[in-house]
Amino acid sequence: MLLNASGCLDALTAPDVARQLDAFVTKTVTPLPRPGNPPVRIAETEAGMLNSIGLANPGRDRFLAETLPALRELGLPLWVSVGGFSAREYAETCERLDEVTIELNLSCPNVDEAPESAGEIVAACRAATGLPLYAKLSPAAWDIAEVARAVEAAGADGLSLVNTMRGLALDERTLWPVLATATGGYSGPALRPIALAAVYACRRATALPIVGMGGVTTGRDALELVAAGASAVALGTVLFSDPDAPGRIRAELETELELLGLDSLAAAEGLAHAGGVGLRSRPVAGPAPM
Amino acid sequence: MQRRQLLEVEATEPVGPYTLLRVERGGLDPGRPGQFFMLSPPGRVLPRPMSLCLAPPGELAFLIDPIGPGTRSLCELEAGDEIAVFGPLGNGFDLRVERPLLVGGGIGIAPLPYLAEALGSPPAVLGFRSEEHAEAAALLPQADVVVDPTLVTDCCLEGFDVLACGPEPMLHAVAALCPGAQLAWEAPMACGYGACYGCAVEIDGEWKRLCVEGPVLAA
Ligand SMILES: Cc1cc2nc3c(=O)[nH]c(=O)nc-3n(C[C@H](O)[C@H](O)[C@H](O)COP(=O)(O)OP(=O)(O)OC[C@H]3O[C@@H](n4cnc5c(N)ncnc54)[C@H](O)[C@@H]3O)c2cc1C
Ligand SMILES: Cc1cc2nc3c(=O)[nH]c(=O)nc-3n(C[C@H](O)[C@H](O)[C@H](O)COP(=O)(O)O)c2cc1C
Ligand code: FES
Repeated sequence: MLLNASGCLDALTAPDVARQLDAFVTKTVTPLPRPGNPPVRIAETEAGMLNSIGLANPGRDRFLAETLPALRELGLPLWVSVGGFSAREYAETCERLDEVTIELNLSCPNVDEAPESAGEIVAACRAATGLPLYAKLSPAAWDIAEVARAVEAAGADGLSLVNTMRGLALDERTLWPVLATATGGYSGPALRPIALAAVYACRRATALPIVGMGGVTTGRDALELVAAGASAVALGTVLFSDPDAPGRIRAELETELELLGLDSLAAAEGLAHAGGVGLRSRPVAGPAPM
Repeated sequence: MQRRQLLEVEATEPVGPYTLLRVERGGLDPGRPGQFFMLSPPGRVLPRPMSLCLAPPGELAFLIDPIGPGTRSLCELEAGDEIAVFGPLGNGFDLRVERPLLVGGGIGIAPLPYLAEALGSPPAVLGFRSEEHAEAAALLPQADVVVDPTLVTDCCLEGFDVLACGPEPMLHAVAALCPGAQLAWEAPMACGYGACYGCAVEIDGEWKRLCVEGPVLAA
């Protein structure tokens, strides 16, 4: 299953791109409207990009009244990314949603206010809704597997791994920060090994289904996330340079599976934990004890 | 209609300190003057927005100022190289004008040759920061050229329908003199098609996406 990463596609402006996906994930919605951060909001670096969009969104009321009904017209399964600044704020948004999957953004590096712990937020949302709840975690957690176990215990139905990491870029000539907020969220190819490690660790720590993301640009990248334990893959930064990426990556995935003699993507799931392709009897070293 | 294609570079030609990058047109529509394309520089993660400068038959041509890693990579392309091009994007100039006057500052000349063609070579004023930069005026032979410290706004712009592209201070000055002007703005862009919200500019007191609402806006 191929999705977009939250905040990396507007299905209403680019419905042709959204239609290449199996489901559309919205930009994070917060209770109140947020204008976002002042420009400059994006900066390219050698192996990725920084963004400090700052959760710009129309707020919960306008999202529910205008954006969501317009998105439903597309006929795609919808995932709504929910943000907030307290467990109650997250839960209140969840309560008002219907017929969507919810992704709780527990990990935006572009907002300063520290919310309650991931487990508390998930528990509050679990009490507020029966809809499927995915917890989107930060790769910067000291031990992401521990966070994964906590949100599983709190009632999450799945994990979205990973969000961006905090980064800084300085202007070539002036040595001033390029972004108006100085630091921003680092995404793109540089994030890929970090995302792989997070998916790998969480697959060992929990039984929850995982949406893997972070630096995917090719079918091979998507396949590796699946092998590490993801059952779905989301595309972020790659959509900026290649709006045809979903179709291309799907085709590349088919070729990769064929090359490895695997008959479906499901057959590749978790292979990195099961001895890999053709080496199924090889003992696997676990990650360092936690 | 295909909107993103891998196209072959036909030539790169120096124009003063700038480079004219000429690529085959493939199946892409050249679009309206003032619209732009996202060009993927080899070795970079993000594409770069570029106005269409000229649209000779079978070709698309872009005028590029090498100011950073992305634009330098584009200027280093050679005939036979391939490059991904996505567009046309955004909203171009409204061509229903009675007394057009094109105003360009520096690399802001880029969209004007294609615009001039569509409007039947209207009068133009170009400002540059040096004689070397002013060599680019060859792309718009009918233009009056001024060089720093003379500014385009020292020329008479009143009474014309001004269509302008250039650095922000120039656009603000033009807007103050000509309330009806059409101005082509810039913002850092990651996607060019409304996906990233990186290109936010303040329009009527609200942050809006320049790649969706612009890049050409009424003063
Ligand atoms: C719609 C549109 C059309 C454009 N058309 C052309 C064109 O025809 N020819 C051309 O040469 N350039 C054009 N530009 C500008 C061009 O896209 C940028 O110069 C380029 O993206 C810079 O990339 P870089 O990696 O070379 O430099 P960077 O490393 O990104 O930037 C170098 C320096 O320039 C500043 N900068 C970067 N981008 C911008 C920007 N958009 N506005 C103001 N300052 C910026 C940075 O802060 C930094 O100080 C256009 C921009 C837009 C939005
Ligand atoms: C411009 C931009 C905006 C983003 N906005 C959000 C957001 O609103 N909510 C969220 O959960 N993640 C957001 N993200 C993070 C992505 O969803 C994704 O987790 C991250 O970019 C890693 O994937 P990638 O390397 O494929 O881009 C954003 C990322 C980018 C680049
Ligand atoms: S450049 Fe991405 S939204 Fe405008």
